[in-house]
Amino acid sequence: MTSEYMASEYASPDYTTTATAPSPVLDLRRVCKVYPGSPPVTALHPTDLRVEAGDFLAVVGPSGSGKSTLLNLLGLLDRPTQGSYRLSGTDVATLTERDRAAVRGRRVGFVFQAFHLLPHRTALENVALARLYVTPRGAHRQADAARTLREVGLGHRLDALPSQLSGGERQRVAIARAVVNTPDILLCDEPTGNLDSATAGAVMDLLAELNQAGATIVVITHDPAVAQRARRRVTILDGRLSETACLSEKARLSETAKSGRTAGGPR
Amino acid sequence: MNRRRHDGPAATRLTWRDMAAEALAGVVQRPGRSVLTLLGTVLGVGAFVSVLGLTSTATGQIGASFSLLQDTTVTVDDTGATPHGSVASVAAQDAGMDAGMDFPADTDERLGRLNGVVDAGVWWNVPLRHPTVSARPEVTTAATTDSDLTGLRVLAASPGTLRAMQPTLSTGTLFNEFHQRRKERVCLLGSTAARLLGITRVDNRPAVFIDGAAYTVLGIVATTQRLPQSLLSVLIPSSAALHAYGPPTDDPAQALIRTRTGAAPLVARQAPLALLPVHPGLLHAVPPPDPHELRDRVDTDLSGLFLVLAAICLIVGAVGIANTTLVSVLERTGEIGLRRALGARRRHITAQFLTESTALGALGGLTGTVIGVAVVIGTALARHWTAVLQPYAVLPAPLMGMAVGFLAGLYPALRAARIEPLEALRH
Ligand SMILES: Nc1ncnc2c1ncn2[C@@H]1O[C@H](COP(=O)(O)OP(=O)(O)O)[C@@H](O)[C@H]1O
Ligand SMILES: [Mg+2]
Repeated sequence: MTSEYMASEYASPDYTTTATAPSPVLDLRRVCKVYPGSPPVTALHPTDLRVEAGDFLAVVGPSGSGKSTLLNLLGLLDRPTQGSYRLSGTDVATLTERDRAAVRGRRVGFVFQAFHLLPHRTALENVALARLYVTPRGAHRQADAARTLREVGLGHRLDALPSQLSGGERQRVAIARAVVNTPDILLCDEPTGNLDSATAGAVMDLLAELNQAGATIVVITHDPAVAQRARRRVTILDGRLSETACLSEKARLSETAKSGRTAGGPR
Repeated sequence: MNRRRHDGPAATRLTWRDMAAEALAGVVQRPGRSVLTLLGTVLGVGAFVSVLGLTSTATGQIGASFSLLQDTTVTVDDTGATPHGSVASVAAQDAGMDAGMDFPADTDERLGRLNGVVDAGVWWNVPLRHPTVSARPEVTTAATTDSDLTGLRVLAASPGTLRAMQPTLSTGTLFNEFHQRRKERVCLLGSTAARLLGITRVDNRPAVFIDGAAYTVLGIVATTQRLPQSLLSVLIPSSAALHAYGPPTDDPAQALIRTRTGAAPLVARQAPLALLPVHPGLLHAVPPPDPHELRDRVDTDLSGLFLVLAAICLIVGAVGIANTTLVSVLERTGEIGLRRALGARRRHITAQFLTESTALGALGGLTGTVIGVAVVIGTALARHWTAVLQPYAVLPAPLMGMAVGFLAGLYPALRAARIEPLEALRH
């Protein structure tokens, strides 16, 4: 059902870059983040990270390890203290606030743990909201939103309010909203954090499906089971990234304990 | 600066239509709160429109009842401030005036020379305690039989006064300068006086006896534009009255002036000086009430207070809108963060909340205008007045509401724009 996702949308000329060789979607060099204060908190130590087009990366780490910090940097919601970050070949450090907003709107899709759906808007309106700042044509926005909702399996709930949807359905709406602009990168911050394991599995199925269709995805999670669904995993501990195929036994144990404590049903 | 960098995507934007739609959605998603927020603005704008509307309606009413007649009538009163026989009176006598009266003998001519005067003359109540007015000469019997006619008065009037009255005669003629000069014992009867005296025609030269003295009736006044008391009176030439009964005592004399349209205020200013160049202060000219002055008085007295109240309501309304918008900004922090993550720039956030508060203000202004207009029309209908709604009072009213909403939204909207998406999205 998502085959046209890649074929028709992703190859649009807007997204091509000037580089001759295909550059990675995300390219971080020595990026670090220090929160000022006394003492200053180094939430992310100097980090190198490359994410190629079509990647499905999971960033796994315990709570407080710097996952959200990393994701906020990737999504241009925050600026790094040092280092260079190229998104689709663009050095984002050189961008003005106006251009950063444009990158957020057009090239990045966000999925949040808390969904962040507008409570007074229908599923369709919530998805169409992502197109509001991108295209001035309202009718097209509605059509795009409806098509994307059908792609995530919610074609029958277009006019439902968030309060009338289950947790899994809400996160599907949020995912539809994140991909409706066919972004270069889909950033998911604990997308299953508010869902039970069965629903979480379904949401991860959807992300995997989108990835199959060509979407580049970064998921951050403290749940190794969720991370297992990704093609590639990166572990983060105390702000240090290490690309390992699997977690150390110790980290795995502590993570399992944590996820047992914090995993709850849908809100 | 380049509108678009070669390596950055096209800037995000928000069209006016989309901004209006987003703001409207914000207003209607909390209808109860929006309605409560609007109350202050509705009251303020409603009060503003109805006060101005009622004022112009009432003023229009004054203008309608303010007739051409009043506009062309000036009276000059003898203030009587100085007792007769005093220095002033001596001075007046030097100026050729009648003893005991401040008006000079040639009052009619002096006033007639003033620019804008059509006719003018002096009249007074003849100083008779209980005059016996009868159609028959028998004094003794008349005293009893005509006791019911004691309501009749005897007025001394110069020929100019008669013309200034603009009377309509049912029969006969007015007395004129000829009679005045010769102090002729002639008279005119008011229609009521004539009926009481039983006189209906003058071709047989009937006479009226005032304390036994015969006065030939020249005509009967059917109606009159000015000096309505003449209808109840016997009018005799002022020269004859002065000769027979002396100058006025209890009621001072008065000059009656008929002016051309629009000349009344000027004539009123000039008349005392023209009559008494040396002591103009002894005379007091009463011009017709100025309709503009009347309106100004209504404006200041009546509407001043209400306009202040309307302004207070508007301020309360502005505070209400500011408060609601601020609350909704704080409530919708998550939404603001989300919109920023979806590509909204700070100015889009400012514009959205500013449009929301402006829409609230405009809605309140419109409602207030409708209510204000309804109050004015309802009042006018109830009082059988003509509703007068000036465009300058009605048209800016919704705009006033908009302005209130805009100003009230400035602070919350700017505050919303300062919210960092990172903080807003954190849970
Ligand atoms: N705005 C901030 N100011 C100061 N310290 C912060 C801020 N945000 C996060 N931190 C700190 O940075 C570290 C990483 O936080 P975060 O990225 O939120 O971790 P995670 O998402 O993995 O739970 C934590 O120690 C946290 O306390
Ligand atoms: Mg986090």
